[in-house]
Amino acid sequence: MTTTSFEPSPLGPEPIESVPLVWQPAIDIGWVTSTPRQLAWRRFRRNRLAIAGVVVLAVLALIAILAPVIAPYDPIKPDLKAFGKPPSAAHLLGTDSSGRDVLSRLMHGARVSLSIGIVAVSIYLTIGTILGSLAGYRRGLTDAIIGRTTDTVMSFPSLIIILAIIPIVGRSIFNIMIVIGLLNWPAVCRLVRGEFLSLREREYTLAARGIGARDRRIIVRHILPNVTGPLVVLASFGMADAIIAEAGLSLLGLGIQPPAPSWGVDLAAAIDVGILTNKPWLWVFPGAAIAISVLSINFIGDGLRDALDPRGTTVIRR
Amino acid sequence: MRRFVIRRLLLAVPILLGVSIVTFGFANLAPGDPLSALVRPGSDVKPADIEKLKEQLGLNKPVHERYMTWIGQVLQGNLGVELVGGQPIARQLARRIPNTVKLMGTALAISLVLGVSLGILSAYRQHTKLDGLMTTLVFAGISLPPYLLAMIAIFVFAVLPFKLFGIHLFPATGIEDPVSTAPPILDELWHLLLPAGVLAFGGTATFLRYTRASVLEVMRQDHVTTARSKGLAERTVRLRHILRNALLPIVTVLGLLLPTLIVGALFVETIFTWPGVGSYAIEVTRERDYAGIMAVALLTSVTIVVANLVTDIAYAYVDPRIRYR
Repeated sequence: MTTTSFEPSPLGPEPIESVPLVWQPAIDIGWVTSTPRQLAWRRFRRNRLAIAGVVVLAVLALIAILAPVIAPYDPIKPDLKAFGKPPSAAHLLGTDSSGRDVLSRLMHGARVSLSIGIVAVSIYLTIGTILGSLAGYRRGLTDAIIGRTTDTVMSFPSLIIILAIIPIVGRSIFNIMIVIGLLNWPAVCRLVRGEFLSLREREYTLAARGIGARDRRIIVRHILPNVTGPLVVLASFGMADAIIAEAGLSLLGLGIQPPAPSWGVDLAAAIDVGILTNKPWLWVFPGAAIAISVLSINFIGDGLRDALDPRGTTVIRR
Repeated sequence: MRRFVIRRLLLAVPILLGVSIVTFGFANLAPGDPLSALVRPGSDVKPADIEKLKEQLGLNKPVHERYMTWIGQVLQGNLGVELVGGQPIARQLARRIPNTVKLMGTALAISLVLGVSLGILSAYRQHTKLDGLMTTLVFAGISLPPYLLAMIAIFVFAVLPFKLFGIHLFPATGIEDPVSTAPPILDELWHLLLPAGVLAFGGTATFLRYTRASVLEVMRQDHVTTARSKGLAERTVRLRHILRNALLPIVTVLGLLLPTLIVGALFVETIFTWPGVGSYAIEVTRERDYAGIMAVALLTSVTIVVANLVTDIAYAYVDPRIRYR
């Protein structure tokens, strides 16, 4: 793989468009000058929903980072003079039943959701990649042991184990990250293993082995780079799932401890027919925050899948 | 075929063993033993009492011994007693399983029928507006978590009609109306429809997606072209040559969907106060009743292992090619 940035070539106009029509191959196979990454970026750019997803996610990330600066109110301190107020100029999205500003809580909640998504997915990508590489490269007994372990972990809906562990280890944000991270690696492991099984037999891998490259080098330099595409796609979908899981746990009263801000905590306060009916701003806005962030991440994931794996050679289950 | 079944059954044994070890392990090896987790901070339980209780429950024996005792009991159908309520867990579960089966079964039936038929329609009308609409639906089904759907459904179908028109279109919670005058079966159905519909949403999306992909794949195969060139009626080609082959792999989706359905049931049952296994799981977790949590975790995972086993065998039965892989 050549090393180029994700951007199209900075050298003047894009070559493909400037080539006369007669020369242009029927399908864009890109052998004129484009690197695989340029091609992928071009395909991704064409997907409007994915680009919209990137924009929305960037805004969310910015809000999350800047929350302590830009949030108009303290997200935790109750304001006894203003509880349960509908949206107004002073409180754009209204206040909750303790008088806390909904908008400020949502802004701080974005920090929780996004950081849990990023950390949890990083943890399980690492575990899954290491185990999957080992199983697919070593095969034999290693593969059998890792395979059965994967099957076992996959036999539990991960939320059930989380339910069992969280009361024991405690409900901190770090524990939630770690628990989600420790339980979701099997999908990554299976994907990486499958890719390794086929890639280890390719000619270039054999060639590398032929000139005396060690296992480590073959894995890291020759096989892993070919797995990054599907992994990126899996990671983006995984982030959406982690956000859903955190909000769900908090909603059940088993995740983030109120009054700490979290979209799930806010939503939990609204599971009540009275609030559903009379104070819709208490659940519509946190609900929308979850839906918008998850949708935009899934759009990005879908765009990445189309861009990185256009022929659908790697099956990514969703 | 018999060889395939036997091999598949043997493969399930280590998984079931692993499942039982994991279930036992997380409740017993996690930092802070289960009994201390049960003690709420600030309560005046004496350490000596905890020690006595530990001895009584056999909690200070070595781990492997405790595991053997536990698994022996489980195999006899004894799931222990709730640490909090003192009720036998097996009896609690027996009372709640039928409710969950009713809820999940209905949801599964809805999503199977709806998802497969919409998926077929979507594939036959590829690149049309209808297909686009279906793709959007799939996205919504995958992205919207069940708890959000449940709240929206309660608001739109239960709360809003009452607020605007004063009619009870659907009940917001519960499994039956104790003072209902309608026949019990209708009352039950009335309470079932909303939670089952919410639970079915995600499943419908999954079935739709797989069916569409499968039909599109088969449509491009050579035997379909052959069938067309023989001059067969389009109807025959579609029913006999495409659908027959395309719908076989859908069997496996059933097994694939079960974990999602179980997680969905946790939320749907809790929000709709449906007295099933899902809401039971949440109750025992809130009470830190590790015996209850273990039982539920074991139940769900064994169900999933068995469901995967059954779908695999069913798939091999309907598609002989699988047996020889």
